[in-house]
Amino acid sequence: MSEIRKELKYLSSHEWARLEEDGTVTIGITAHAQDALGDVVYVETPEVGSTVSVGEEAGVVESVKAASDIYTLVSGTVVAVNEALQESPETVNSSPYDDGWFFRVQPDDLDELDEALSADDYRELIESEE
Amino acid sequence: MGNKTALYSTHQASNGKLVDFGGWDMPLHYGSQIEEHHKVRQVAGMFDVSHMTVVDVKGVDAKTYLQYLLANDVSKIETLLGKALYSGMLNPQGGVIDDLIVYNMGNWFRTVVNCGTREKDLAWMSKVAADFTVELVERDDLAMIAIQGPEAIARTKSVVGAERAAVIDSLAIFQGLASSEWFIARTGYTGEDGLEIMLPNSEAVAFWNALADAGVTPCGLGSRDTLRLEAGMNLYGHEMDDNTSPLVANMGWTIAWQPTGREFIGRPVVETEKTNGVKQKLVGLVLRERGVLRAEQIVSIAGSNEKGVITSGTFSPTLGYSIALARVPAVTPIGTGSCFVDMRGKQVLVEVVAPNFVRNGKQVF
Repeated sequence: MSEIRKELKYLSSHEWARLEEDGTVTIGITAHAQDALGDVVYVETPEVGSTVSVGEEAGVVESVKAASDIYTLVSGTVVAVNEALQESPETVNSSPYDDGWFFRVQPDDLDELDEALSADDYRELIESEE
Repeated sequence: MGNKTALYSTHQASNGKLVDFGGWDMPLHYGSQIEEHHKVRQVAGMFDVSHMTVVDVKGVDAKTYLQYLLANDVSKIETLLGKALYSGMLNPQGGVIDDLIVYNMGNWFRTVVNCGTREKDLAWMSKVAADFTVELVERDDLAMIAIQGPEAIARTKSVVGAERAAVIDSLAIFQGLASSEWFIARTGYTGEDGLEIMLPNSEAVAFWNALADAGVTPCGLGSRDTLRLEAGMNLYGHEMDDNTSPLVANMGWTIAWQPTGREFIGRPVVETEKTNGVKQKLVGLVLRERGVLRAEQIVSIAGSNEKGVITSGTFSPTLGYSIALARVPAVTPIGTGSCFVDMRGKQVLVEVVAPNFVRNGKQVF
């Protein structure tokens, strides 16, 4: 079983979100997702200053196996992207919840996070998939 | 649960990510497919390829049977014991039933066919054999381990004893020789020098572990695929299949047209195609920007209404960008400027090259 962090929120499409102390929200993909994808070779993140919306594609992750769209858990303005992933996409494999984050959003409406899955819900989801 | 090779428990114990591969539970990788790929290009890696089907062809008609069954001509390998030959096995419509390797074993032959096509291959080979005095013996008692990379031969020699090391030293490229119950061949599917060794299932684990102790990295079928694609080698079901002519799959060189009197299955059809010219060809594609070319993406050529298709695509770990093999209109020019791939709705310009990207660790296009 891949690591699932208690304090994070999740999507069924295998992204996670972390509410930061400054009120922004960090988005990445889960340990389960990187394991299923295999070696990550490219990451396409949204541009700083662009807006992202729940339910719409916000980026792409490409592995040796497949290309996969990335979705955000909150709508808002992108305030930071993880530039290091351009040079070292394999960080998504080695550190999906920390150094392998994708982008950070200033949310329009933080309540959107309540719609996302809890760690327990997400665990149940991937157990049912296995 | 699928079929298991003699090394199944070893793969599990080494944290292999086991996936279904043509009905077999095989390791995709043991952690990182890309790292395994680099090990093969730079040092040495080993693959469990025991899922492949070995069929020995014996009997007084063995040669004439194979000369009729295969598009290539086994008389080419008669002069050297153990010499190997790559060939397509065609159907009467001129499509490819399978691609295979055949070894000259003296007064008989050994063939190695794909695992995904095992049942139809055996059925076809048996059907054709009915008109010949031959015996087909499937060798599922044998495991097969491929050791590949610039250090593969040296490290293998260090663990097999003096007698087998001498056999290895004597091998020409594309030749295999028996050594008691083992069969040691200087062949492979990676574009690197190396060996493919068939040995009794009961000896496979000990040999695998000895190779690991000698610094040969266990590699899964994921890196095997990226390595063969960099080397521009075909994969059955991708570059060719029952409905694809060998002439559009870059396999024209494997058809022995001489002597003109040799009848082989599919000959009339492919000979007519050759005379009239085929409308498609297999090329390599290169994308130096971000993104990965994938099988089944559609290829467009400026000035042509005919579309092409990517047959295999991947990220090339050696080159650091994406490469692909594609079946495209025969008019497609080599070079850049006129070939586009539909990548997730975007038309992306790619370079067209000969279907060969990396050999012996080096870019070749």
